[in-house]
Amino acid sequence: MTFLTYLISGISLGSIYAIIALGYTMVYGIAKMLNFAHGDVIMIGGYVSYMVTTELGWSPLVSVLAAMAVCTLLGVLIEQLAYKPLRAAPSLAVLITAIGVSYFLQNAALLLFSANPKSFSSVVPIDSIRLFEGKLVISGTAIVAVIACAIIILGLTWLINKTKIGKAMRAVSEDKHAAQLMGVSINKTISVTFAIGSALAAVAGVLLVSAYPILMPTTGAMPGIKAFTAAVFGGIGSIPGAFLGGILLGIIEILGKAYISTQLSDAIVFAVLIIILLVKPTGLLGKKVLVKV
Amino acid sequence: MSDKTRMVPLPSKAIVPERDALERPILEVSRLGINFGGLVAVEDFNIAVGRTEICGLIGPNGAGKTTIFNLLTKVYQPTSGAILLDGQDTASMNTVQVNQAGIARTFQNIRLFPSLSVEDNVKIGLHNQVRYPLITGVFRLPGFFRAERQAKDQAMELLSIFDMTDLASKKAGSLPYGAQRRLEFLRALATNPKLLLLDEPAAGMNPSETEELMASIKKIRDRFQIAIMLIEHDMRLVMGICEGIAVINYGKIIAKGTASEIQDNPEVIEAYLGKKKE
Amino acid sequence: MLTYGLVIAAYIILRILLAGGHVSSALQGQLVPITAYIVMAVSLNLTVGVLGELSLGHAGFMSVGAFTGVITSASLTSSVPEPALRLLFALIAGGIAAGLFGFLIGIPVLRLHGDYLAIVTLAFGEIIKNVVNTLYVGIGQSGLKIGMTSGNALNLGEGGKVILNGPMGAIGVQKISSFTAGFILILVTLFIILNLIDSRAGRAIMAVRDNKIAAESVGISVWRYRMTAFVTSAALAGAAGALYALNYSTVIARKFDFNTSILVLVFVVLGGMGNIRGSIIAATVLTILPEVLRAFNNVRMLIYAVILILVMLATNNVRLRAWFQRIRPGNGKTPVISGGGDGHE
Repeated sequence: MTFLTYLISGISLGSIYAIIALGYTMVYGIAKMLNFAHGDVIMIGGYVSYMVTTELGWSPLVSVLAAMAVCTLLGVLIEQLAYKPLRAAPSLAVLITAIGVSYFLQNAALLLFSANPKSFSSVVPIDSIRLFEGKLVISGTAIVAVIACAIIILGLTWLINKTKIGKAMRAVSEDKHAAQLMGVSINKTISVTFAIGSALAAVAGVLLVSAYPILMPTTGAMPGIKAFTAAVFGGIGSIPGAFLGGILLGIIEILGKAYISTQLSDAIVFAVLIIILLVKPTGLLGKKVLVKV
Repeated sequence: MSDKTRMVPLPSKAIVPERDALERPILEVSRLGINFGGLVAVEDFNIAVGRTEICGLIGPNGAGKTTIFNLLTKVYQPTSGAILLDGQDTASMNTVQVNQAGIARTFQNIRLFPSLSVEDNVKIGLHNQVRYPLITGVFRLPGFFRAERQAKDQAMELLSIFDMTDLASKKAGSLPYGAQRRLEFLRALATNPKLLLLDEPAAGMNPSETEELMASIKKIRDRFQIAIMLIEHDMRLVMGICEGIAVINYGKIIAKGTASEIQDNPEVIEAYLGKKKE
Repeated sequence: MLTYGLVIAAYIILRILLAGGHVSSALQGQLVPITAYIVMAVSLNLTVGVLGELSLGHAGFMSVGAFTGVITSASLTSSVPEPALRLLFALIAGGIAAGLFGFLIGIPVLRLHGDYLAIVTLAFGEIIKNVVNTLYVGIGQSGLKIGMTSGNALNLGEGGKVILNGPMGAIGVQKISSFTAGFILILVTLFIILNLIDSRAGRAIMAVRDNKIAAESVGISVWRYRMTAFVTSAALAGAAGALYALNYSTVIARKFDFNTSILVLVFVVLGGMGNIRGSIIAATVLTILPEVLRAFNNVRMLIYAVILILVMLATNNVRLRAWFQRIRPGNGKTPVISGGGDGHE
């Protein structure tokens, strides 16, 4: 029974990772860059939700929408100001810029909200479900996280496969220049990708601090890197891959914490990343790319 | 020797220039092939190159010429066939080892070390010619200054082939296109190859530059006594200096022979101009 | 030569100021850390500027060197009573241990490139931090003992001493580092790195950075020279770590986390990638500045972040670069990402 409890909390955490990983995987697939600041957008989403519920006293649902709005705006703004001027720059420069943005967001949050951790009350109004005479408890947040993740995956799959902007995204990710020649606006497509990724980050942020109710400027950093691991695990650029990678990583982390060592759980997750990149750098569901000479 | 000699068949049926006929060909390739996940890019490619032969690889775009260079230099691993360099099988070698064994190349889309000086580009080509241990370099042990002097002298001598010594301290990336091609050529030559592969050496050059290049290629062959295989679309260059020519289409050799033999071959005409309507 | 001169001149000036009592105690306390950070920045520049790969785990090597240095120093307390000599052994041990880690980590890491390589170095840095946090090392009658449960479980016996106490870090460290030792370490680092860059191996490393396929085509083993740069960089970071750690009585693993790696990266980027002298100046200025301007401390990291972004935009955006060159006529020395090898003469 305890194993089942761990498994369920692993799946719930994994769902949150999967939602974050989608943002990484879409941006990586389309803009070919590792948006290091993605994790910090999550943190901003958490703070917005916190401010709206505790300071303004509005309903949790409004706070989620507000967080999504702010993060979408932030994501697009970051892309326009910091990344767009570097479209043609070496990837090293883009990555350093992304790290700079990540640092900027963390330290801006530090100045605005101070380093003191805020205790976040869950936005999920559902009570925990108790099964098997209370031996198995599933929290409302866990249920909502899994459902939200499922809805998002289905929605994104539809968006990518059935809509015009989805087609543009696939075209840009396949071949930027060819897409441009066919009349697809690369800048617009990348902006939309950042907008969607950041909105998802807001959802993930609210869910994350609902499940782990401590909010600090550094809250997003670790989950961000872990979600990137999940994206790589599943195969960067692949939406089902992000889902699979996220869930698996969540389970690995919780089981590692439970059965191996609490202190080493992060190390275990990172070890997974290293092993995946060495054994199968394209991830579970990714495809191979041949370098042209 | 600067003029073309007669092509003669060897007992192995390979055809090489008469002056090379007494020695084993520098390159013997048999049944070479590669497919990329089912797509056959090169198939049943056979060729022999004499020790001082200048030979050409021609064919329409996408025929697989550069792929053959990539197979010979092991940028891609062949899925079938054998490559013998000076009689030595290169099957187990990687790109680095193939270069050390004696094949050097240039690239269709120039690949210099753009942020380094012209001189350093050539010195990097001399990497395995003028050697000293890491420790000697870091701690400036005896031998360091002598070796560096030697590297500099050799680099300058190579640069003088194309009158580029005064460009030595310029950044390679800042050179005009033609000079970049020539520098890449010299960098390849610096590795002391037995066989030099040139991928479209005359691309982007005007007729007089091409004329000069043709003379230089012959001069280099004569001076260093090496074999040169080149891919080129400029037929004046190919017909002017290549002794043996192989025509590739759809990854296969469709014709082989001297310039005059190739020019009259109906299959070649068809590959270039398309089939005549009946 | 100018670089050496700059360092020596700075040392002499500081010595004179110190003798005259013109240096505030706060700044005096920063002298050894500054030298350690300079060595960190210069060594990271070898990986980032000269090899062209982003390492986000440089603090991990500093950590390995720091704790190896602390353990070495503690183990040698009785056999090598002379502190300067003991420090030398500790620095060498720290450098060797970090170099060894660099080699072991380099085997998997250097098969990767770009973003993936960066993220994996970050992962290794975090793994090192996590593992050190769970380590207990003590010295007792039966020599050095290592455990992963607690200090008491080491069974050190009578007169035993816990050196590394899990999450509490290294405790009771004898402070044997000195400004002069740091100064010498900087000179040694400069000697190694500048000579390396200006040699056959250095050219090979830069060739690999500029074009891997071309480097292979001229017979350069990409793996070998990437490893050479990576291990050299790690070893020097290890020595810097040992110097840094032996300047404090307690050292915790969290000190050498991702933030430290980023801080050093800021020094490298601001000083100019591939520009060794720039790294030295940036590390010095950015360590002293917060001490001088207390008010600046709050927004320090925010400003660093902005600097990081602006430097990248200014050096890599075509339009901005043209603009910069216009306002600084005749000066093409803006640090360019691929322009390694500048200004190290």
